[in-house]
Amino acid sequence: MEERQSKSRKEQNITVESRGTFFRWLDRRTGVDSLLRSALDEPIAGGASLAYVFGSGLLFLFLSQVITGVFLALYYVPSADHAHTTIAYITKEVTAGSFIRSIHAYGSSAIVIVLLLHITQTFLYGSYKGKRELLWLAGCVLFALMLGMSFTGYLLPWDQKAFFATTVGTNILSEIPLVGNALKSLLRGGTEMGTLTLSRFFVLHVFMIPAFIFAGVAVHVYLFRQAGAAGPIQGDAATLKQTTEPFYPRQVLFDIVFALLIICGLGLLAHLAPIELGPKANPADTQYVPRPEWYYIPVFQWLKYWEGALAIAGILVIPGFVALLFVALPFLDRRPERRPWKRPVAVTIYAVIFIGLGVLGGLSRRNDLRDPAVASQLAKQHEDVESFMKTPFEPELSGSSLAAANVALADPLAAKGKDIFEQQACNACHGDGGVGTAAAPKLIGVGAKFDSEKLTGLLKQPTTKMTAGGMPATNLKDEDMKALVAYVRSLK
Amino acid sequence: MLESDAGNSPGASPAASAGGPLPSPARRSFLGVLLAAGTASVGALLSVPLFRFVLHPLFRITTPPSWSEVGPVAEFSSAVPPVKKLITVEQRDGWRKIVSEKAVYVIKQPDGQFAVLSSICPHLGCSVAWRAENNEFLCPCHGGRFAADGKLLGGPPPRGLDRLESRVEEGTLKVHYQYFRQLVPDKEVIA
Repeated sequence: MEERQSKSRKEQNITVESRGTFFRWLDRRTGVDSLLRSALDEPIAGGASLAYVFGSGLLFLFLSQVITGVFLALYYVPSADHAHTTIAYITKEVTAGSFIRSIHAYGSSAIVIVLLLHITQTFLYGSYKGKRELLWLAGCVLFALMLGMSFTGYLLPWDQKAFFATTVGTNILSEIPLVGNALKSLLRGGTEMGTLTLSRFFVLHVFMIPAFIFAGVAVHVYLFRQAGAAGPIQGDAATLKQTTEPFYPRQVLFDIVFALLIICGLGLLAHLAPIELGPKANPADTQYVPRPEWYYIPVFQWLKYWEGALAIAGILVIPGFVALLFVALPFLDRRPERRPWKRPVAVTIYAVIFIGLGVLGGLSRRNDLRDPAVASQLAKQHEDVESFMKTPFEPELSGSSLAAANVALADPLAAKGKDIFEQQACNACHGDGGVGTAAAPKLIGVGAKFDSEKLTGLLKQPTTKMTAGGMPATNLKDEDMKALVAYVRSLK
Repeated sequence: MLESDAGNSPGASPAASAGGPLPSPARRSFLGVLLAAGTASVGALLSVPLFRFVLHPLFRITTPPSWSEVGPVAEFSSAVPPVKKLITVEQRDGWRKIVSEKAVYVIKQPDGQFAVLSSICPHLGCSVAWRAENNEFLCPCHGGRFAADGKLLGGPPPRGLDRLESRVEEGTLKVHYQYFRQLVPDKEVIA
């Protein structure tokens, strides 16, 4: 051991010495050489393989989601008032906006697919065996976090699809006995879906879950390096040892090729079939038929079969049992045997669950096509999305806009007062619609502070403080003064 | 790092560092350069849409100057004295639209052409009012006075009332509303 350590240190020094001066300078301060070496020289028993690319593929996709997500946040506003407008702006106006949003949205599906491949590979290779329980658990936590990401991200565009799918999704929580309703309200920020729900989902999607994912990935990778790569499913120790090769260069090459395939696939999809946006969420719509994202469809179909008293079994007991079985897998299956054909029970259960999910998805699709009412409503919804996508982007009228204020000006007396307000050039200092300027305070809300009589008095005879600020006394006929006061008091 | 690693997986590490079936160090570092260059160029390509996305507000072809309707020309057939009109000005602010009302004065020039004056005093930005009895514009704030054609008559303002770009289109007078810098002797557009 001693000998080997000194040998590797010597070798390391040789390599460092053979590099440039800058690299040596950097290495003395950061230890970058040994860092790189421990990352790149990770031994892979049995050699590099295309079967091992899924983990790094997931990391790559996660980083892609982080980057595109950060950029999307440049234009997105998480509020029920503006979320849909800003996503429409990104999709229809901003250069490359539709492309980046599509990469992000398709990226979430890609993560689900690669994650399933990663889990299936781990399962079939029996790579969870041999002191890898914690590694598996960390992976399970990451799986759950990823499902949380896709669920919270789905609401953010605030279109019909997002709103109603999330309404149903959060309603499922209330089936949980005792705490269900409290949980639902906690997640929604109230009993109903609203702008607070959007804020909560945004914070979860953008701050909290990603932070946990970063930590989870670090733990997962650390535990993986502790346990070492599991290697091929069979082969005697001597052959494996002989064919062992480091992570770099061949496995790195495979991983990069896989990442390139992923990003090319996403780029092509985003370019050829950009993600659409439907009309803004209308909570009053009673016709809308919500459907979740494709990977939640099997669960959605599953829940249809459980009614009344059985609902708890369908929603909580059975999925909970399956999840527990999944999480506890390395604790339950302790045989060292890794070859899948020697593990018929485990493989059969795994296959049944996956095929079952596929069948449920297919059934859901068939039900939708067979029910004429649902089929026609879904077709109509699709048309609505298409027609919304065809209309050019319509900027949102700012709430403080005069045009918006004018709508509220139904009172003819106040409307007359508005003309006087402008004729008297009150708006020169107090701003259009009394919003206030650097020269004079805003008048919005003064109606709550002063009654008409008091306000008339102030206009006729400003206080010394007002006069000092440049406010002149207002001289008007009584009826004009009445109109002006009515207008000023109407400003909200 | 390396030491602890070697300790954890003793079976494999020697093979990694002893050379064995590995490419020579020179070939490894050549491959490394190739990989790094390839990855960097793909990364650069991928960052193009991100740059375009970020720079969108700077390079967006700004909508042509928006023209606001002042009113039908017939309404101003005798714009003597000046006629005050409220126009609606629409501004785009990213995904928002801000609509505001601005007061302008329409005057008829000796050659029969219309001119549109901003009602904002070039002194400190108060709204000037037309005083028919004195046949002049008076700023209520600091007493700046202007003639019917906007020329400065007296008071603190550094210049006369600002003329806005205007044109007649299908019998309707239109104006391109702009703001001008205050307290400077020459008209200078600020927005």
